[in-house]
Amino acid sequence: MTGDHQTAALVLFSTFVAVTLGITTWVGRHRQGSAEEFYAGGRLFSPMENGFAISGDYMSAASFLGISGLIALYGYDGMLYSVGFLVAWLVVLFLVAELVRNCGRFTLADVVAARMRERPVRIAAGTSSVTVSVLYLVAQMVGAGSLVALLLGGTTEAARTWTVIGVGALMVIYVSLGGMRATTWIQIVKAVLLLGGTVALTTLVLVRFHGDVDRLLRTAAERSGHGEAFLAPGLAYGGDWVSRFDFISLGLALVLGTAGLPHILSRFYTVPTARAARRSVVWSIGLIGGFYLMTIVLGFGAAALVGPDAVRASNAAGNTAVPLLALDLGGGAESTGGTVLFAVVAAVAFATILAVVAGITLASSASVAHDLYASLRRRHSEPRSEVAVARVAAVGIGAVAIGLGLLARDLNVAFLVGLAFAVAASANLPVLLYSLFWRGFTTRGAVWAVYGGLVPSVLLVLLSPVVSGSPQSLFPDLDFQYFPLQNPGLVSIPLGFVAGWLGTVTSPEVPDEARHAETEVRSLTGAGAV
Amino acid sequence: MQSSNDRPRGSGGGPESAADHRAVPGRAYVETVPGAPYDVPRYEDPWYDALASGWGESAGLAAAGPALPPVRREAPAEPPRAAGDVYLEVQRSAAFQEVRSRYRRFVGPAVAAFFLWYVAYVVTATTAPTLMARPVAGAVNVAMLAGLGQFLTTFLLTWAYARHARLRRDRAALELRWDTQELTRGARGGAS
Repeated sequence: MTGDHQTAALVLFSTFVAVTLGITTWVGRHRQGSAEEFYAGGRLFSPMENGFAISGDYMSAASFLGISGLIALYGYDGMLYSVGFLVAWLVVLFLVAELVRNCGRFTLADVVAARMRERPVRIAAGTSSVTVSVLYLVAQMVGAGSLVALLLGGTTEAARTWTVIGVGALMVIYVSLGGMRATTWIQIVKAVLLLGGTVALTTLVLVRFHGDVDRLLRTAAERSGHGEAFLAPGLAYGGDWVSRFDFISLGLALVLGTAGLPHILSRFYTVPTARAARRSVVWSIGLIGGFYLMTIVLGFGAAALVGPDAVRASNAAGNTAVPLLALDLGGGAESTGGTVLFAVVAAVAFATILAVVAGITLASSASVAHDLYASLRRRHSEPRSEVAVARVAAVGIGAVAIGLGLLARDLNVAFLVGLAFAVAASANLPVLLYSLFWRGFTTRGAVWAVYGGLVPSVLLVLLSPVVSGSPQSLFPDLDFQYFPLQNPGLVSIPLGFVAGWLGTVTSPEVPDEARHAETEVRSLTGAGAV
Repeated sequence: MQSSNDRPRGSGGGPESAADHRAVPGRAYVETVPGAPYDVPRYEDPWYDALASGWGESAGLAAAGPALPPVRREAPAEPPRAAGDVYLEVQRSAAFQEVRSRYRRFVGPAVAAFFLWYVAYVVTATTAPTLMARPVAGAVNVAMLAGLGQFLTTFLLTWAYARHARLRRDRAALELRWDTQELTRGARGGAS
């Protein structure tokens, strides 16, 4: 990477930061400080705007750089990620989006607590939401650090550290000053930039092969050195049975986790009605589906034009495949076109990370203030002070994420995202589905469902090869690895469902018919929705 | 205590039920359709989410939803009840049960279908790579087709769900929402 690339990328990225800070201050002008405004942007976004914002929240750098990189290195096995990330939206559309919009106000816990004794349920759901958010946030921070190191040539430790701190500081500014409205506009800008960049690169790849996809695939397979095997599953996960189960586990976590991600759930509250929530999910499925189809082309394009060896030489995890592809498509490392395209891709990747961390920080600060703080404090205070707590919580979460991001900087980004999905699917999804659809669900069942998914998933990660016992672990020198799989989803998701069922059937509490009726009627009709 | 029976209903295919209404953020409104009588009431209520047409749908289809019986046919004579009783009553009404079963009849099989199809895809990809590697045409093999098939079924199911919800559920749900809100208002003693 030459100095030209760095300068161009830095200029573009500074422009994005300036524009987003401008949005934040512009939005903050007429701030009234109500909870409605801070957590839900006043609920006045249109389905199309929210659809773009949802896609912006969802399409992280792990997708843009990580999946394309995995495809460039392992061929078809990388494509399995794209499929899982997209199919997950059917769970959201069918079972969650409209019903959650109708029943809740700001967070996941609102939906569950409506039927139950509020305090224990809020504390449980708030805790699991914050855990998921922090895991996801750490993944993005780690990604930001390594991206800067790779793209701007700042390979020194100091450059990475300062990038993580800088990204953390920016996201705290966006969230605490601009709330949901600023965060949403940043997501929309980012989604348009990301989709625009992806469309441009995909078009260039297809033009290079004269629109002949068959030739693109053949060239990729030849260049990879694996031949036909590159286009079939098995290169990354086809080894022993442990890695196969690991993949099935990851696949389950991906498809069930999306519906439990707090920052995705909170997006449905930014539109006025359940119908608008449905239409925003339809928009986002269109956008996200198109995006993942294009990442497949980019991945195979990188394998065909750059070659897996060159990709691996730049970054062992494949995260630089797309920037390298952009350099090649623009005309090579010494050309103006290559410099410009490379800078654009780098800036888009930064924008992606910044926007995603802002969305997650907002959702987790809502969980802290609206669920945990509101349940744990003694006396009632004004809603205004809850927003103040949320702003402070955003700063605290930012600090925690920076700290953990620096600690975990050597872990693989796509993999950390997979962990966040697994915890979300184990701890948040069972309680959400049970309280929406199960008449006999009780408070004990709700609390057990959350902890019964949260504790095993976190514990299994601690006992897995991720943390200890292998050269790639967080603590390679220690060995307390007792669980073979890297992703806990295969075990912990069923445990979450079983725990919720067990808690309910052993509970002496008689389920409240009237409150179940209220949840059911409200969820399907929107009566009494805010 | 009054029920909502004095409010004109859209479910009868009345003129105000035409589908070219768009929800505008912050100020949902209903346009009068050309040719409609001028005494049709306009809802200035932000809760009134006009029936907007979705993707790739001809707008006229939205008016095709069959009518449902109202929650209550006549104004109730008994004294005001708690809001919880209202919800129980609505839950037991034929109109609500119809909306619920329409929702469940679509979502249940659809969730089972796409989830099984996805799990089958993931399990086959990890356990039977030779089957997935079988070439079909050119460089395209079974695995490629299955992966693109997942994209295709996701798009198709999304379209089908949005269409089903709009045509079969939205109007009835909106009716129920009005009825329920009026009943709860009555249950709280007419205030607000």
